[in-house]
Amino acid sequence: MSVTQEVWITGIGLVTALGEGIEAQWAGLATPETWRARIDSTSFAPFHIHPVAGLDLDRQIPKKGDQRAMGPLMHYGVYAAGLALADAGIAGDAEALGKVDISVASPGGERDIAADEQIFAAMESANDPGRVLNERLLADLRPTLFLAQLPNLFAGNISIVHGAIGSSRTFMGEEAAGIAALRNGFLRVRAGQSEISLVGGCFNAARADSLLLYGPGGYLLNRPWAPLWNRPPAGMTLGSMGAFLVLEPAALAARRGRRPHARLLSVLADQTDRQPDAASRAAERQLQALPPTEAGGLAILSGASGAGAPTGEERRWLAALTVRRGGLAVRGTAAALGHGMEASFLANLALAASCAERGALFPPLAPEDPLEAEAGAIDRVLVTGWGHHRGEGLALVEAAR
Amino acid sequence: MAEATSNGSARKRAPVAVTGIGILTSLGEGREANWQALSAGRSGIRRIGRFPLEGMRTTVAGSVEFLPIAETGTPHVSLAMGTRVAREALSQAGIGRTGEFPGGLFVAAPPIDQEIPTRLEIARAAGELRYGPMLRVAATGSSKPHLEFLNGFIADRLQAEYGTRGMPVTVSTACASGASAIQLAVEAIRRGESEAALVVGTDASVQPEALIRFTLLSALSTANEVPEQAAKPFSRNRDGFVLAEGAAALVLEDVAAARARGARIIGYVLGCGEAADGFHRTRSSPDGKPIVRCMRNALADAGIGPEAIDHINAHGTGTPENDKMETLGIQAVFGARAGSVPVSANKSMIGHTLTAAGAVEAAFALLTLRDQRLPPTINYREPDPAIPLDVVPNRARSATVRRVLSNSFGFGGQNVSLVLGAEPA
Repeated sequence: MSVTQEVWITGIGLVTALGEGIEAQWAGLATPETWRARIDSTSFAPFHIHPVAGLDLDRQIPKKGDQRAMGPLMHYGVYAAGLALADAGIAGDAEALGKVDISVASPGGERDIAADEQIFAAMESANDPGRVLNERLLADLRPTLFLAQLPNLFAGNISIVHGAIGSSRTFMGEEAAGIAALRNGFLRVRAGQSEISLVGGCFNAARADSLLLYGPGGYLLNRPWAPLWNRPPAGMTLGSMGAFLVLEPAALAARRGRRPHARLLSVLADQTDRQPDAASRAAERQLQALPPTEAGGLAILSGASGAGAPTGEERRWLAALTVRRGGLAVRGTAAALGHGMEASFLANLALAASCAERGALFPPLAPEDPLEAEAGAIDRVLVTGWGHHRGEGLALVEAAR
Repeated sequence: MAEATSNGSARKRAPVAVTGIGILTSLGEGREANWQALSAGRSGIRRIGRFPLEGMRTTVAGSVEFLPIAETGTPHVSLAMGTRVAREALSQAGIGRTGEFPGGLFVAAPPIDQEIPTRLEIARAAGELRYGPMLRVAATGSSKPHLEFLNGFIADRLQAEYGTRGMPVTVSTACASGASAIQLAVEAIRRGESEAALVVGTDASVQPEALIRFTLLSALSTANEVPEQAAKPFSRNRDGFVLAEGAAALVLEDVAAARARGARIIGYVLGCGEAADGFHRTRSSPDGKPIVRCMRNALADAGIGPEAIDHINAHGTGTPENDKMETLGIQAVFGARAGSVPVSANKSMIGHTLTAAGAVEAAFALLTLRDQRLPPTINYREPDPAIPLDVVPNRARSATVRRVLSNSFGFGGQNVSLVLGAEPA
């Protein structure tokens, strides 16, 4: 196919347990003590979460009515989208905002926990549960909350709050949704099908309804906290986050007088049946499919979720890769940020772009683990995204120096 | 391989061939059965029999209760419908081998959430009706597995069944999702990523919680007395949409590849356009600009002007707001021709199939092109003076149809229009 547009990352917006903005991420990642202090092991015990705290919503979502129309999930994402647009010099530029194609990944929004519990109680004590369900739903559900639960309203809220109205697409389906959102934005910009792509995702770990989805599956760490690469099969700690990137064709961004954080060279996606070694074989195929690059320092930000077999297999694959290619440093970011499900691939891509821009990697998150060696100068960063259940993504960013 | 155009990008405007169609709605199962019923002006709207209706303001819907499937609940019924329409479309296209489709999968499906009864089961297992104690039971791994309630559930199962290539994609643009899935597939084929793509739009949302939520948004018709007459798009007495279930699948192919393998081409996707609306969460911009931009983007992508459109398959939900705004949009785009281009609202017969609607209605538009027959807008007894359109009232009509514009406008401001053609240009 004809590949003509070089894709630049011209804006980054991050909200995580480590704080808002890229500087806060570097500060939080500086020592294990800093990021471990942000883990909450009591609110949803026996599970551990990485919560977002202290976000001043007024700074990116100024209208109270808009704030009320969303739950924390969408707050994190809409906030991060605003950071990315500002970083790219697009915020407030109506002409540019009119061209922005939104490509996002989102789960459903928060349920009304109190209403649910009231309904459970009413149904349990009723002779006619079906009738009681109707009555209680009619009495207890609020239309605003219904809208806050629809995944596509995430993109709708970005259009409403930030005025980005070119088009919008919302992808669903856990980690794969984040991979699909990035891939959609990247491929459209590269093929000349989009001039400005706002790509992102959001996740809220601090919600009982969401933990009830992943807990019964046996995916969540329910023992004392342990390093990411040394966890039992139930090994995920979820992390709240909003993660956004602005992607543009190099020529158009340069015309706007922008410099890139990094170049986005490739976004690959696969979905194997997860038989033993299937994901590793897919990752090898993806490596082969990457565009040829010059020599230079390479690092890997792994999106390993911490969940059982996939994390173990990815660890083995990464270890073999570091042997094959000396000087390759790996970081499993879910240790510090928690696993952000739909948003995880995008958050790692944002961090990778920042690493490429600085030519450096942050310190090991598992200093005792040989996989996470100290890193030298970095020119390119690979990002892996193996879903806890399905989907395997690989992306490559390169310094634009 | 995509050939470069003068500006160096991939073939932005190449038509894409449709070689297989599967349809399942409240009118029945199967492409031809649906098309016959739709052409006959039959309604699939019935009184809901699936759950108790005490206290409900709306008691009618276009549900698929006739389907002989054991599973219940939105995810399973959506999957069952999606599986069936995909099978029908693949069978017609005659492409690939069993369990080995030579292209990607693009799915439009409803968001999946555990509904109250499922949550109550977990609560009972916990012996506690509050989330905190439920979490502690969940920690033991003794509760129901989570896989059936992941948003990727439907796409994962369809991929496994039909062996589509790569990572399946599930898109949500609310009521435009089905059209978005088609647009994603068209873009992928135009970029040369594969020569074929399977699109599935499916939605089985006739459940108490969904019915009540749309009731609370004042979006549903409450004309329950004669269910078949509840959906009245473009009529003066229209009072909301009718919630419905349905599914459609399309096999899309690169035109040259389809010809090379001797496939029978049913019709073409000539263009796709989209536009986001930043005005309000449930209402469209009062000036109609996003809708106008959406239709114009689709025409531009097809490389044609409005004069080349012979028929409009409207979003036509039957809500007072949508039909008024869609009419304004059509008038802005079509100018003096607005009153004479025939406009059909399939939802008058099948109701609003939500995330599936864009795919279901694109499928009907392709059959309109195939048979040169315009489906009617039924229940049109009280014309609205504010809507001076030719809505093909109540009876199907034969006509020369070369190109159809199909509109899908979603809650949350996501609009998509498709241009479908009988010929590739």
